[in-house]
Amino acid sequence: VSEWWTYRLSDFLMFSPRTYWRLIELYNRDIWPAQLFAFAAGAGALWLAAARRTATDRWLAVLLASAWLWVAWAFHWQRYATINWAASYLAAAFVVQAAMLAGLAVRRPGAYPPVDGAGTQRIGWFLALGSLLLYPLAGLLAGRPWSQAEVFGVTPEPTALLTLGLLLVRRQSGGCLGHLALVVPVLSLLTGAATLWALAG
Amino acid sequence: MRRRDLLLHLVPALTVRAAYAKFPAQPQPMTRPIASSGEQIPVIGLGSWITFNVGNDRPAREHCAEVMRHFFDAGGRLIDSSPMYGSSQGVIGDGLRKLAAQQHVFSADKVWTSSGGAAQIEASRRLWQVPRFDLLQVHNLLAWQEHLPLLQAMKDAGQLRYVGITTSEGRRHGEMAQIMRGHRIDFVQLSYNLLDRQAEELLLPLARERGIAVLVNRPFRQGALLRQLERHPLPAWAGEIDCVNWAQFALKFIVSHPAVTCAIPATSSIAHVRENMGAARGRVPDQAFRQRMAEHVRRL
Repeated sequence: VSEWWTYRLSDFLMFSPRTYWRLIELYNRDIWPAQLFAFAAGAGALWLAAARRTATDRWLAVLLASAWLWVAWAFHWQRYATINWAASYLAAAFVVQAAMLAGLAVRRPGAYPPVDGAGTQRIGWFLALGSLLLYPLAGLLAGRPWSQAEVFGVTPEPTALLTLGLLLVRRQSGGCLGHLALVVPVLSLLTGAATLWALAG
Repeated sequence: MRRRDLLLHLVPALTVRAAYAKFPAQPQPMTRPIASSGEQIPVIGLGSWITFNVGNDRPAREHCAEVMRHFFDAGGRLIDSSPMYGSSQGVIGDGLRKLAAQQHVFSADKVWTSSGGAAQIEASRRLWQVPRFDLLQVHNLLAWQEHLPLLQAMKDAGQLRYVGITTSEGRRHGEMAQIMRGHRIDFVQLSYNLLDRQAEELLLPLARERGIAVLVNRPFRQGALLRQLERHPLPAWAGEIDCVNWAQFALKFIVSHPAVTCAIPATSSIAHVRENMGAARGRVPDQAFRQRMAEHVRRL
């Protein structure tokens, strides 16, 4: 992009807020009642993370990887890409994240020493619980209907937020790959925040 | 004029006349000639950035077709899009098919890729569902060195009627001027409105001098200009040029510039299409009146 400094965030937004939230609404309608299963899966992920065992960490990674794969295919590839050509790249990033989480599921346990971090754990739990319980309500507070609610395992931001939270909670069991697996959720959240900011503007 | 060139000019004119019989609701709007051919096109077109990118939402796609119907009913012809605009091309294509308006529309699209322009153009044509494009433009001058020869070759082969280049929001005017001076092009597309008047310095005079038609994008600064203006009452003297709302005021300022061929406001509102097309009717401001308009808006 030449003269990139002259561009505003809104210059990269190629759809209206109405179109974006309508897309979420139609997606929710198409997959209902999968949101209930996704919510249960999110609650299950929190339970697995709280168990603090190697075996449950494997299942946690498998569950999160499945959620990322689903969002990559059903949201980014199938739907978001119809209004945003960049969504195909987001889909690819979500598949990479799913692969990294799958890598966490199969890696040998105990290869890395535990890391002390009570503060990090608290932040992780806050993000994970917030994404599961509060994020779906955020749209209501903003004046949007239930039909446009965003849920873990269905739309990108709550999925990235819960994953980020639980990766922080179980950071000591993930090693290098666990740290690497933080990158895509953070980038996804930044992208989502930029989109919402531009939509609001 | 060669026989093939003559046919290229006559056939669209005849088909347009036939199509006008299908969309006869209102008196014909003001037109301007495309300098390189003399073909007349209405001074108000229809953009599709954001507004027609509605994905697979069926009711929204049908609404866009209705917007197009009202645009054609009001005498409009030129619709502009780009591969960059998400689902807009497909939405336009569905609308044209539904309205059987493929022969009526003046199809203006763009090539927007660093390589593989021919494949992208063919994909765009299929989405539009038209036999060929009237105008293809190099979007934001991206890889123009590669695309301009391709578009020129398509034009020479009768697969395209006009060639153009685009920019927006005052960017890369120097490079655009260089292309306008050194290459055979029929159209330029640029941003110009009551507040953003940089094009008056270089590009608009150059377009007149070189006989290049001008499409104007972002006439309302993506709606921000109108939102700003609508906080104030329309001056009574706007009636002297038959304007009844700010949209018409803003558009008449643009299309009354002698170098401008067509402004392409984007909208998904039928009411706004009607308002916009109203700017293609009635009296046109002269230079002194245009100055008054710009000065008035600057002071608001």
